[in-house]
Amino acid sequence: MTSTLAAGPARAAAAPDVVATRRRSARSRERLAQWAFLVPAIVYVVVFFGYPIVKNLVMGSQDYSVRTFVSGEAPWVGWANYAEVVSSGIFRTTLVNTALFTLGSIVGQFVIGLLFALFFKRRFPLSNLLRSLLLLPWLLPMIAGTAVWRWILDQDGGVLNETLRSLHLISEPIHWLTSPDVALVAVILVNVWVGIPFNMTLLYSGLQSIPDELYEAGALDGATGWKAFWHITWPNLRAVVSVVLVLGVIYTLKVLDIILGLTGGGPANATQTLATDSYHRSFQEFSFGTGAAVSNILIVVSLVFALVYLRVNRRAVDE
Amino acid sequence: MLQTTDARKLGHTIVGILLLAFMLFPVYWMVNVSLQGGGTAANSSFFPTDITFEGYRRALEDQTGNLVTSIVVALGSVLVTLAIATPAAYALSRFRLRGMGVFLFALLLAQMIPGIVIANSLYSLFNSVGLLNTHVGLILADATHAVPFAILIMSAFMRSIPPALTEAARVDGAGHLRAFWSIVVPVSRNSLITAGLFSFLFAWSDFMFGLTLTTGADIKPITLGIYDYLQGNVQSWGPVMATAVISSLPAIVLLVVAQRYIAAGALGGAVK
Repeated sequence: MTSTLAAGPARAAAAPDVVATRRRSARSRERLAQWAFLVPAIVYVVVFFGYPIVKNLVMGSQDYSVRTFVSGEAPWVGWANYAEVVSSGIFRTTLVNTALFTLGSIVGQFVIGLLFALFFKRRFPLSNLLRSLLLLPWLLPMIAGTAVWRWILDQDGGVLNETLRSLHLISEPIHWLTSPDVALVAVILVNVWVGIPFNMTLLYSGLQSIPDELYEAGALDGATGWKAFWHITWPNLRAVVSVVLVLGVIYTLKVLDIILGLTGGGPANATQTLATDSYHRSFQEFSFGTGAAVSNILIVVSLVFALVYLRVNRRAVDE
Repeated sequence: MLQTTDARKLGHTIVGILLLAFMLFPVYWMVNVSLQGGGTAANSSFFPTDITFEGYRRALEDQTGNLVTSIVVALGSVLVTLAIATPAAYALSRFRLRGMGVFLFALLLAQMIPGIVIANSLYSLFNSVGLLNTHVGLILADATHAVPFAILIMSAFMRSIPPALTEAARVDGAGHLRAFWSIVVPVSRNSLITAGLFSFLFAWSDFMFGLTLTTGADIKPITLGIYDYLQGNVQSWGPVMATAVISSLPAIVLLVVAQRYIAAGALGGAVK
């Protein structure tokens, strides 16, 4: 700067331009360097999340089958796949099952998770250790948990029926996984078991963030026990509750391992959901077009809940 | 007064232990049955009175190859995840670039996409580029379980690093890369460990991509080994449960030795 000033008025006019250009190019180089940190992640997200969604939407309107892999041709069929899916006899069943499976799982996980969280909030010897060991069902490979439940629920030699029988609660074995009437209940039971730790952990941290002073002040006004829960705990926990519930729905909608491992979607499609139906169509019948159509329906359902989540989450941050 | 509080606390501990025992009964049952051998008993007894490792012998006979595949794929997935996610987390926590909000939004949505959607499309993509039935293919696909989570959890941590720390390095003439590598990465070690542990567990537990992106017997993760047992009627539960126990070992070991990282990650699942 000093040298340009000394060089006389003629060049002084040009100098700021040079400096500005240089500064601008330095700034754009800086911006480029900053973007470089994001490039691998952006490329990955585009290829492994963006592309699959677009591809899936396109496949939903194509006759995409085994032949496609040989000939490379996937004729455009418009809404035909959706029409086929919706008019198939099993579509209603999968919709109802998905709704029941999701609702049952969420209610079970949430209520038990909340009770556990409330219990562990009272500090007592070993409470932290016991609480963290409770995470185990959630950390295990789901298919490993599913395998042991398959044996526990076995109608003939399973320990659940054995126990119920020795307690004289049942006289005939319950066909947990082979009767169309109870299979969905059994699958929900296992999914609840997997989901309890997740619900408990988030709700526990929500409980921790409620200041003790609120309870102390409430106690002076006579709010203890159930009253304290209803007037202090619940209103302060609401934001966390919404997040837990919506995340629970989104995770439950994608469940595949538990159902495939326990019942394979049977008996007689009694446990077939949108996710397992999509899998069956694509990877068992190699009808990728209709499989994509089903999973596109699943995307729409998940997306609705995802948007609810993002809204709720933003509100929780604002508060 | 003191005594009744103590008694009540002890009561809580006892109830807590009972709750835990109830919740972990299936895990106990897994271990119990795995030690009762490869017989075809009609039911399993409550305690493994005649402990035998026959179930494990047969499990290892069937599953050693799958076990190796799972280890390779899970470790590979950790490397890929950290290599992609760490710089991105740094950028998200430090820089103000236009379009970053969109990327963050995309990450949140990405976590919610059902795996079957990704599997559907990756199958045809991998088929055309020759990544079906390969370790690399599984590693790249399994990283989808972890990359968004890892970016979000690490950038949340990196936001707490005082800016002065990295700026000091840059004044000394270090570029972004140096500041990142010699300051941010060491300081963020704990969040890298958490992200790494979870990407290991996610890839290790993966079922979706093992099921859809491998078709033969050559390259198959241990989770699919378990699933193969469950297809059809199981004649002997010893080896199945032994395989389930083996596949559960990383989770059990990590929960015991890396408890604080696991606790941090469990909460981070809902991180904004």
